[in-house]
Amino acid sequence: MAETAHIDVAHVAKLARINLTKEETKLFQTQLERVLGYAEKLRALDLSHVESAAHAVPIFNVFREDEPRDGLSAEEALRNAPRQANGLFVVTKVVE
Amino acid sequence: MFCGCRVEFGAAPNSHTCPTCLGLPGALPVMNHEALRLTVLTGLMLGCDIAPLSKFDRKSYFYPDMPKNYQISQYDLPLCANGSVPLHDLAYPKDAQKKIATPEKEVPLVRIHLEEDVAKSFHLENNTAIDFNRAGTPLMEIVSQPEINSPEEAFAFLTALKQILIYGAVSDADMEKGQLRCDCNISVRPAAQQELGAKIEIKNMNSISAVRRALTYEVERQTEALARGEKLEQETRGWDDGAGKTFLMRTKESAHDYRYFAEPDLVPVKTESLLEEVRARLPELPRAKRARFVEQYGVSVYDAAVLAHDLALAAFFEAAAKGARKPKSVANWILNDLQSALAGAGRAIGDCPISPAALDELVNLIESGKISGKQAKEVFSEMFASGKSAAAIVSEKGIEQLNDPTEIETLCEQVIAANPKPVADFRGGNSASLNFLKGQVLKLSKGKANPALVGEILERQLKT
Ligand SMILES: [Zn+2]
Repeated sequence: MAETAHIDVAHVAKLARINLTKEETKLFQTQLERVLGYAEKLRALDLSHVESAAHAVPIFNVFREDEPRDGLSAEEALRNAPRQANGLFVVTKVVE
Repeated sequence: MFCGCRVEFGAAPNSHTCPTCLGLPGALPVMNHEALRLTVLTGLMLGCDIAPLSKFDRKSYFYPDMPKNYQISQYDLPLCANGSVPLHDLAYPKDAQKKIATPEKEVPLVRIHLEEDVAKSFHLENNTAIDFNRAGTPLMEIVSQPEINSPEEAFAFLTALKQILIYGAVSDADMEKGQLRCDCNISVRPAAQQELGAKIEIKNMNSISAVRRALTYEVERQTEALARGEKLEQETRGWDDGAGKTFLMRTKESAHDYRYFAEPDLVPVKTESLLEEVRARLPELPRAKRARFVEQYGVSVYDAAVLAHDLALAAFFEAAAKGARKPKSVANWILNDLQSALAGAGRAIGDCPISPAALDELVNLIESGKISGKQAKEVFSEMFASGKSAAAIVSEKGIEQLNDPTEIETLCEQVIAANPKPVADFRGGNSASLNFLKGQVLKLSKGKANPALVGEILERQLKT
């Protein structure tokens, strides 16, 4: 495996819609690369005898039955909306 | 999917929401057991491989219709993989049923996964308005292989798929109510070219015939563009049904990076118990029903297809045909008189004024010779209008078939005496005159005489 794990912080920030300054980008670049470095250590372990898991805890099938429940009223739902009109949330125009 | 909010078409905006489907911080999702069962059932009906272990993943996605900035979907362990949708003649548009390129084609599927639906956006002049009622509704995504070769085949694919979903009581699959939606990816390529052309996605079609129209338009538009030497690029287009055109929505963005990762708030799903729960619900599928109707009731292949095309109609037929002496006649009455009466009255089979048992009774009255086919038509209209039984109408109106040979003989004698010319013609060798005379006898009996008996007696009298 790669000796130094690489991450393109500027790209990840763009994907996450986060604006970073040049200094921040540089700072996180080193920090996150170190984090990736820890993850790389795991790769070095022999895990051939361990079954891969889809989740950290060995619990499966936690379901809810299909029974409707009352939720919020339209007024409550819209209470935190910065803008609203006719019972709808109003946001900056997005191009579909 | 992950909350208990009601699903209701046409509800007041934002009236069915909760912290989970609004994506409020701290709200946790819980899987809907029934949604998982129905997806597994769909997988079984379509012959898919059901993953023994499945899980949900987060798909990063920044859009105001999904305020938590990710959609809970499935990435590498979808519930179902492979499988296919079998097409059949009647699934094609009516005008294309005579020229089906590959009859009985099976369109292979890639996968079926389950996810939460996003909110509905209304794009207004200056801003976008959002209704979260639909957000969080279970959405089963069925992905086909790129092996649909014409707009007609796409139509047949959706029709056949919809039928199977209705058969399994998975969904009413009404496109106009948004219960079935469809995005089409379409590309054209020169006949000699192996690889597929640029993939162009079309959205916004709200009926199966609109899908056909949109695809027909796109085939033409893309073919012309290629002929002009243009290069097509991957893009997303919308369909404007009124204008009969597609329009550009967006070109390929800086390659999507959804950064999928396992949803830590949900545990994985072992499907074994789901499979057990759902096996008993596996219905007889359209193809098997068609074959059985032919085999069990002796109806034609075409009639079986029409009956099985609509599950409610098939159930009606089966209920009526079970006790019938001649199931084939029951099928004829359903497919002709009943269907046209229903269409005329603008009613669905589920709301038919004649019960299957009542129709059965009518057909048995004809088969046993109690009433003539002509009288039966009259009784049928009365049954449809009043909801009364055939027997009640027959006795009320004094309708019964005249089967008494002596009475028919008298009628025949009268007609022979009154029509010397046709009688002479018949005796002179013009056998067509017999039909005229027979008509006269039936008329004289006010349509009551048994036509077969009249023909027999007339011929005997004329020959002596
Ligand atoms: Zn909810």
